[in-house]
Amino acid sequence: MEDIYDVIILGAGPAGLSAGIYASRAKLKTLILNEGTIGGQVILTHEIANYPGVETTNGFQLINIMKKQAKDFGCIIKANLTVKGINLSSKIKEIETDSGDIYKAKTIILATGGKPRYLNIPGEDEFKGRGVSYCATCDGEFFTGKEVVVVGGGNSAIEESVSLAKYAGKITIVHQFDHFQALPYYVEMAKKNPKIHFRMNSELREISGESSVKLVKIENLSNNHLSELNTDGIFVFIGYVANIEGLKNLVEINSKGEIIVDHNMKTNVEGVYAAGDCIAKRYRQVTTAVADGTIAALSVSDYLMNQNYIN
Amino acid sequence: MLITNLNHVESADQHKKILEENENIMICCGRMGPMCLPVYDVMDELQDTYKHVKFFDMDFDSADAHVIKSAPECSGFMGLPFTMYYKNGKVVKATTSIQNMQQVSSILDEQFGKPE
Repeated sequence: MEDIYDVIILGAGPAGLSAGIYASRAKLKTLILNEGTIGGQVILTHEIANYPGVETTNGFQLINIMKKQAKDFGCIIKANLTVKGINLSSKIKEIETDSGDIYKAKTIILATGGKPRYLNIPGEDEFKGRGVSYCATCDGEFFTGKEVVVVGGGNSAIEESVSLAKYAGKITIVHQFDHFQALPYYVEMAKKNPKIHFRMNSELREISGESSVKLVKIENLSNNHLSELNTDGIFVFIGYVANIEGLKNLVEINSKGEIIVDHNMKTNVEGVYAAGDCIAKRYRQVTTAVADGTIAALSVSDYLMNQNYIN
Repeated sequence: MLITNLNHVESADQHKKILEENENIMICCGRMGPMCLPVYDVMDELQDTYKHVKFFDMDFDSADAHVIKSAPECSGFMGLPFTMYYKNGKVVKATTSIQNMQQVSSILDEQFGKPE
């Protein structure tokens, strides 16, 4: 007999795991497929102090418990795979992975989360770990006394610049706008630090070097002038984007690249639901992702009941 | 202190012993940080498949982590984690910063052979 799941959940962050817990506890045959690390962005959080009912913990521990809960209720989790194809249009949905496996389900919950935005410029990938970094806390000490460029203008970029100033000799913040999105408090701290310099209205165009980063090309967006800056490292903090690769023509998506859902987490496609950071919403917290996942799983359960799929 | 599902290398002596007693070894030396956790997770996933390889992690901030940090193969590395691949006690590959499942699998296949 063909193996058809009641629900396949794409993504194993807080939204996906919560959906997995609720769906499998409701005795739905549940499979979670995850492209990267189980836990999504939250495992990178060093301290979570505002998750109700849980005293201060970290993202890794919280996710490990969620994962165990889901598995204990019978949820199957397959991680670190690559989704090659998604068919949501037929009554039985299909997910194909790069290993050639095809998983079928009556319903789908899209909980693909968000991912850090990359620069996508020449040299970025080549010099990753050899000057290009996405974590000042991790790699800051390798740049002691050196000159670095920080890209971005939000809270992370400014906060991390101040943190990097403990190590680096000189920091140049390159930001595409003429003002920062970061809270004024952080901006003031950065402006007061003599090691931190600013290049506004500017974007990086190329990273080059030999065994490590030596030079960046920066474009001034107000006059399109291209200049070069000698540097030992580049720290990139330019926000997050919803993970909707492969979903663009399958479900309704807004101009920001977020999946549109109703209050039951239902998309415009029958039997397809979405939850967490990939959906259009204002607040992105672990708690809101957990709530989204819960609602999506309960909606799936209700849908399957109404379709007479289950008794 | 690393909180992972991997076995930990906790001292230089243990590191030496592991290298002496095992043919194929992967050690990820890092912290509980955003670039390191995905690598630990990939290793955890691969442990069951690559039974001919021993997987370990090591705390980058432990005093004995010099056995990896000061290895010539890590010269010029500027991003955590430092990941080492050893065959018969010798370093055959070293990588810096985050690596995904495909990158790690590819190195394991190339250096130690595909799983049966």
